[in-house]
Amino acid sequence: MPRLVRLHVNGQVHEVFTPPHRTLLELLREDLGLTGTKHGCELGECGACTVLVDGRPILACLALAVEVEGAEILTVEGLGRPGNLHPLQEAFMEVGALQCGYCTPGFLLSAKALLDQNPAPSRQEIHEALSGNLCRCTGYLRIVQAVERAAVKAR
Amino acid sequence: MLRLPPFQYVRPGTLHEAVGILASEGGKAVLMAGGTDLLPRMKHRVAALEVVVAIRALRELRGIWGDPRQGLVIGAASTLAEVCSHPAIRQGYEVLSLAAAQVATPQIRNMGTIGGNLCLDTRCSYYDMPYTWRKAMGFCLKKNGDTCLVAPGSTRCWAVSSSDLAPVLMALDGRVRLVGPRGERVVPVEELYRDDGIRYLNKEPAEILTEVLLPPLDGWKAAYWKVRRRGSFDFPVLSLAVAVRQDEGGHIADARLILGAVRSSPLRVREAEEALRGEKLEPGIMEVVCELASRAARPVENTDFTVLWRKRMVKVFLRRALGTFA
Ligand SMILES: Cc1cc2nc3c(=O)[nH]c(=O)nc-3n(C[C@H](O)[C@H](O)[C@H](O)COP(=O)(O)OP(=O)(O)OC[C@H]3O[C@@H](n4cnc5c(N)ncnc54)[C@H](O)[C@@H]3O)c2cc1C
Ligand code: SF4
Ligand code: FES
Ligand code: FES
Repeated sequence: MPRLVRLHVNGQVHEVFTPPHRTLLELLREDLGLTGTKHGCELGECGACTVLVDGRPILACLALAVEVEGAEILTVEGLGRPGNLHPLQEAFMEVGALQCGYCTPGFLLSAKALLDQNPAPSRQEIHEALSGNLCRCTGYLRIVQAVERAAVKAR
Repeated sequence: MLRLPPFQYVRPGTLHEAVGILASEGGKAVLMAGGTDLLPRMKHRVAALEVVVAIRALRELRGIWGDPRQGLVIGAASTLAEVCSHPAIRQGYEVLSLAAAQVATPQIRNMGTIGGNLCLDTRCSYYDMPYTWRKAMGFCLKKNGDTCLVAPGSTRCWAVSSSDLAPVLMALDGRVRLVGPRGERVVPVEELYRDDGIRYLNKEPAEILTEVLLPPLDGWKAAYWKVRRRGSFDFPVLSLAVAVRQDEGGHIADARLILGAVRSSPLRVREAEEALRGEKLEPGIMEVVCELASRAARPVENTDFTVLWRKRMVKVFLRRALGTFA
């Protein structure tokens, strides 16, 4: 039975009729048109669908939309906009931390959660915070460098 | 998109109500805490259920109390991230914090709970697969079929107990509280499990695991080692939890040794524990204990890595684990 859910996404309230077996990923991409959040494995094994819920990274592919009602959800669309990018987004571009870019939204959000908690992380702490995101083309060195650069910029 | 099958979703307001729903729906209902084990299985159509009972927000299952002197109570819906970072666990029961930090990924640890981890389904490379794959391969005993694809001719399922926390909580002499339609009971973690890949839990479907209880540390020291291909994401293909209590002279007064991911339940190796008692951790006795543990471990070919290698690694990693106490 569809029900009405109220979601707070990127500072805006959305009311959507949705059956309970819809994941947050499906709802974001298909109902709200927020296709910045990517679908990879849809089984918890890649991190492409990472979003922040109350500041913590979770997987939108394994969260039911009805279960995140009332929480603050942040997707890559809410991180920055052309002309007003987040320091992490700028650093990713400057360092060349992406090739196809499919994994990038997920990495950006995992990295944002880290920097919000820990503005000057060590390389080891960055590795740990990004250990739930896979990249199949760029490799991880540039991504880690971008997070280090963003941490310096934001200070 | 890999979609979930339709189901009815209920979010009971109390534990009592949750037990009532499970009891009245019979086998059609299933509990969901973090959903990180259940939802992938539903997407693969190995868990086909009509009613999902969401319990993550139940007040009775939340919170962590205590310290290593009095003992610890961990609400079953505590997330693995909460378990990792709780000060009483980090300082007093560090081994639990370190083991929880090795489960899956940071995102999954923000979602998955300790109760769900203990009740995690058993795993097998022929079972944790999409429906179409399983259909093409031929279904197996655990779901839709009538034969075991790993051990053809076998009348039982050999799917692997893959919880990282179960062996650690056994090494710490943990217990769990189960609340069901006929009241509540507290049982040692060891007794929660059966060596059967299909019916791997010794509890009724309507019983809810509400708390994990740990006794005071009382001089016990523990270590956990996990073997897997990658340092993140992967389930254990072998794990070892060891706890010892030594006297001042370094003799072992008591020991607990549990192997994970070698059977359908965590495996307590009592003969190795017995061999350790009264001994000092010297190379001779370590060899004996490694031999006993390796003999007890009989993995089958249904996870990553070969059976022979996994069996060989029992000795290698047990030597390392025991070495931390020497
Ligand atoms: C990519 C990936 C990697 C993973 N890696 C690991 C790993 O390395 N190690 C590991 O141990 N696990 C791993 N997991 C499995 C899982 O994420 C964790 O075990 C997690 O702790 C499960 O908790 P949950 O709350 O999400 O469980 P759920 O999915 O909510 O529940 C799991 C099962 O337990 C039952 N259940 C849940 N809570 C209770 C309760 N209170 N009482 C009775 N029954 C209950 C449910 O009905 C269900 O059958 C991984 C999962 C994924 C997707
Ligand atoms: S051990 Fe055999 S019966 Fe069990 S899941 Fe694997 S193939 Fe199926
Ligand atoms: S799409 Fe969610 S983890 Fe891969
Ligand atoms: S940039 Fe292509 S997957 Fe990471």
